[in-house]
Amino acid sequence: MKKILGVLLVLSLVVFVAGCGSSGTAEKNNTSQEAGSVSPVKLGIIQIAEHPSLDAAREGFLEVLAENGYEEGKNLVVEYHNAQGDIATANTIAQKLVGDQVDLVLAIATPAAQAIASATDEIPILITAVTDPVAAELVETLEKPNTNVTGTTDMNPVKEQLALVKEFVPEAQKVGIIYNTSEKNSEVQVNIAREVAPELGVELVEVAATSTNEVLQVAQSLVGKVDAIYVPTDNTVVSALASVVQVAEENDIPLIVGEGDSVRQGGLATIGIDYRKLGRQTGEMALRILEDGAKPQDMPIEAQKDYELIINKKAAANMGVEIPQRLLEKADKIFE
Amino acid sequence: MWLNFVVGTLDQGLVYGIMVLGVYLSFRVLDYADLSVDGSFPLGAAIAARLIFDGYNPWLATFLALGGGALAGIFTGLLHTRIRITPLLSGILTMTALYSINLRIMGRSNIPLLRAETIFTRLTEWGVPESLTVTILGSMTVGVIIALLYLFLHTELGFALRATGDNEQMIKSMGVNVSVMKILGLALSNALVAFSGAYAAQAQRFADIGMGIGIIIAGLASVIIGEVLVGTSSILRVLVGVVFGSLVYRLVIAVVLYMGLKPTDLKLMTALLVIVALASPALKTRLRLNNIGR
Repeated sequence: MKKILGVLLVLSLVVFVAGCGSSGTAEKNNTSQEAGSVSPVKLGIIQIAEHPSLDAAREGFLEVLAENGYEEGKNLVVEYHNAQGDIATANTIAQKLVGDQVDLVLAIATPAAQAIASATDEIPILITAVTDPVAAELVETLEKPNTNVTGTTDMNPVKEQLALVKEFVPEAQKVGIIYNTSEKNSEVQVNIAREVAPELGVELVEVAATSTNEVLQVAQSLVGKVDAIYVPTDNTVVSALASVVQVAEENDIPLIVGEGDSVRQGGLATIGIDYRKLGRQTGEMALRILEDGAKPQDMPIEAQKDYELIINKKAAANMGVEIPQRLLEKADKIFE
Repeated sequence: MWLNFVVGTLDQGLVYGIMVLGVYLSFRVLDYADLSVDGSFPLGAAIAARLIFDGYNPWLATFLALGGGALAGIFTGLLHTRIRITPLLSGILTMTALYSINLRIMGRSNIPLLRAETIFTRLTEWGVPESLTVTILGSMTVGVIIALLYLFLHTELGFALRATGDNEQMIKSMGVNVSVMKILGLALSNALVAFSGAYAAQAQRFADIGMGIGIIIAGLASVIIGEVLVGTSSILRVLVGVVFGSLVYRLVIAVVLYMGLKPTDLKLMTALLVIVALASPALKTRLRLNNIGR
């Protein structure tokens, strides 16, 4: 008897908490049913974890849909789930989205994309923030996916970013690169950096951090050894970017970063991906599927169309860097 | 929709249930809070995925994964018995070391198996519908493992293992080598956990270095839920119970997702579930009985 009470207690608690936290999708469903003329588009979103860049990509995607007349609660039902880093949960989410027969899935980051791709080969899947869709076996080739998957890659323009080091500090010889060895995405970027370093005339000093807690120490280990630091779009290091900024400012080391948000957080400069724009570009692709009947099978994977140059003036002052005038003129965004 | 929900939850409960049986061995039978599982689960996934990706037989890959897990368990056991490192810390050390080892085995941080031949795809050749392969093979595997564990725990060796967890001093005085028992228990436990990792990688069709996240909490939660719901009056009951606990754990996560809980509150739910299970009166009385001795 006590045991049964225990079970009931657990289940009622779950129901209660879930009820409190309910994002109100049920009500939205009702209103959209009343609108009634056409059945609303069901969009499923599966995101691997909370992260500013990934959130920006999701928001950009939804912006484009909203601008083109897809209004949540009227003709659009959005079912957003976040796996919080747990891959088993990502699989549960994928099964749920397939079971709910959504019309379209937005998958944000590689494991989320793999989870949904292995759950369905029919529902069109738009991926974003996936660095190498071919290596992840989501598509056959970038030009012609031949699967139910298409979308955008966030392959970072590593070469252009490393070149930025020389633009700010022409005499730089050694560039420290901080990354988490366990992130596929970073691995790919570091490989590119190794390849292009000789032609850019710099030597790489690679250091690895396996968790956000280690980033500060790892950054400190570069002091005195390098003329500049480069941080690619590594989730671990970017999450702890403040530590790197601190080290760079205290020791006057220019810090080139891999994306715009990292410049806002105190990096000196970047040329690269804007995740909100990348999400928007993915949204445009979604429109082609929803309205023009395009098939993911034939839609090439897209990279960011126009890279942005972003500079942080305050960071430059703190790192003792003189910003060349032509870079200031070229910049798309300047943080004062 | 409901079929998807039921089959999906059942599959995950079974695949991760193998891991839970392993956690039960260390956590309850040996009375050893072993955190190496957060490393040995992705270790199994890494070994299996790498070998399958390189074109080896999936069954061979899966059993090599099991062997790799056993080695990880032996390593933890040696740290504890030879260097006298506490159980908690020796597990954490193994887990930390395995992180790099797993990356080395995989050669990258993520191996897709989307179109590879796995132990599950082989079943389709025998006419099993694709959506049921994991359910069928998973329940058969869990059944076999429960039967083997049941038999093993009733052998003389199995009794010695259980006694090591119950009353180390007594079993020492009977001339049993406690160190050997602990190493054996940890090897078995981590072998099962890695085996489960190999199954999980093939069921979800990719291996990722992040697969260890949330494993120990899922393992402990499932053991505790199983003990509370099914009871611990006999070995068979517990073994079936902890797998059932794994099913309930996955079911709760799925229900929470299906009810539209805020994505950010998921972890909180998981913790609440374990706390409620632990606080349940049934368990309290049982803990009291345990303290008196069996």
